[in-house]
Amino acid sequence: MPSQNMAINGKAVHFDGDDRTLLVDFLRDALELTGTHVGCDTSQCGACVVLMDGVAVKSCTILARQAEGREITTIEGLSGKELHPLQAAFQQCHALQCGFCTPGMILAAHDMIRRGAARDEAQIRHELEGNLCRCTGYQNIVKAIKAAAINQTE
Amino acid sequence: MYAFTYHGAETLEQAQELLASGDDPKILAGGHTLLPTMKQRLANPSDLIDIAGINALSGITLTGAALSIGAMETHAQVADSPVAQRAIPGLAALAGQIGDPHVRNRGTIGGSLANNDPAADYPAACLALGALIHTTQRQIKAQDFFTDLFETSLEEHEIITRIEFPTPEISAYAKSPNPASRYALVGVYVARTQNGVQVAVTGAGPVVFLATGFSQALERSFSRGALNGVTVSPEGLNADLHASAAYRAHLIGIMARQAVTTALSQKQGAPS
Repeated sequence: MPSQNMAINGKAVHFDGDDRTLLVDFLRDALELTGTHVGCDTSQCGACVVLMDGVAVKSCTILARQAEGREITTIEGLSGKELHPLQAAFQQCHALQCGFCTPGMILAAHDMIRRGAARDEAQIRHELEGNLCRCTGYQNIVKAIKAAAINQTE
Repeated sequence: MYAFTYHGAETLEQAQELLASGDDPKILAGGHTLLPTMKQRLANPSDLIDIAGINALSGITLTGAALSIGAMETHAQVADSPVAQRAIPGLAALAGQIGDPHVRNRGTIGGSLANNDPAADYPAACLALGALIHTTQRQIKAQDFFTDLFETSLEEHEIITRIEFPTPEISAYAKSPNPASRYALVGVYVARTQNGVQVAVTGAGPVVFLATGFSQALERSFSRGALNGVTVSPEGLNADLHASAAYRAHLIGIMARQAVTTALSQKQGAPS
């Protein structure tokens, strides 16, 4: 089986597993990056969202092989020495209860802010269509994204 | 998933060779229908041929009076494309309503058309706008392309390369999405061109279809009022736990009116 390269959180990584391996399983099982979660496994809940070349994608619906030559960022790769502004905003706004959806929410928000699509509350709510929080804690999630978006544009 | 062999094709020729040599190969575009289907073991291809690396399948260009979209352009790319937004704002807006943001970052126009889901959005635009579907073998008119539930006139090893949309005078799409899946319970695309008006309906029947009664009424007068008293028969429409056939027939009228209103507002705002 041919092996391939991709960059995960800035590190070159070699994948030579079964062609069936999903990106999320490669991240969690082989690389032990368990911050990326599997919620529904049917591309609905968004707990598995990672950034692929900066763009938010559902890693449960991408083969590891499809990530060849790409740069993947997971929640573990977002912060440096300090929390990423989005992580800080989530902490400050109490934007998590059980925390299961949080990595996906933060990476979805990252993409949202990059595209300038977090202008107001209505737009943020609309943009969160692909991320489910079963604690139904959306109120503070929206608040946190709004705060992070404002901070970034200031 | 059942086991398969993955191939990354770099050219159309290479993809076609792989298609011809495989036992039961399938093309992998964005994979947002195929991979979930395979995860449920409802599909068992011997080989997956990933066409994401083929440059010839990308690009959004306006040539004369036609907007050409490469088969591997994602929904997000079409929605955000200034060229598409200017040429056919209704089409760009439709792309921005498919699924959710992450799905739109992966799902492609070519994949959506080849799959021909009865509740997919793009087929309605293709049919109403009179799109031409270019493949590795020929060009297929939209009216001849969508043949039945999940069925198209594509041959076994034929690959969609690009889709050509004649630019209309005005056009718009309106859909009533299933709140969980975001697929269209009913979606209606209304297009007014120099040759007349076409109204295409998705989500309501086993396959996308033209509502000719609506088209004729709108040709007489392109206004919401022109649709008063015009209906679509519920006979043969889909009925499931989300909506009865009669409800879907009713929604077609509502969505058509919404699309007409949006199309008329675009005319005032859009640059010529």
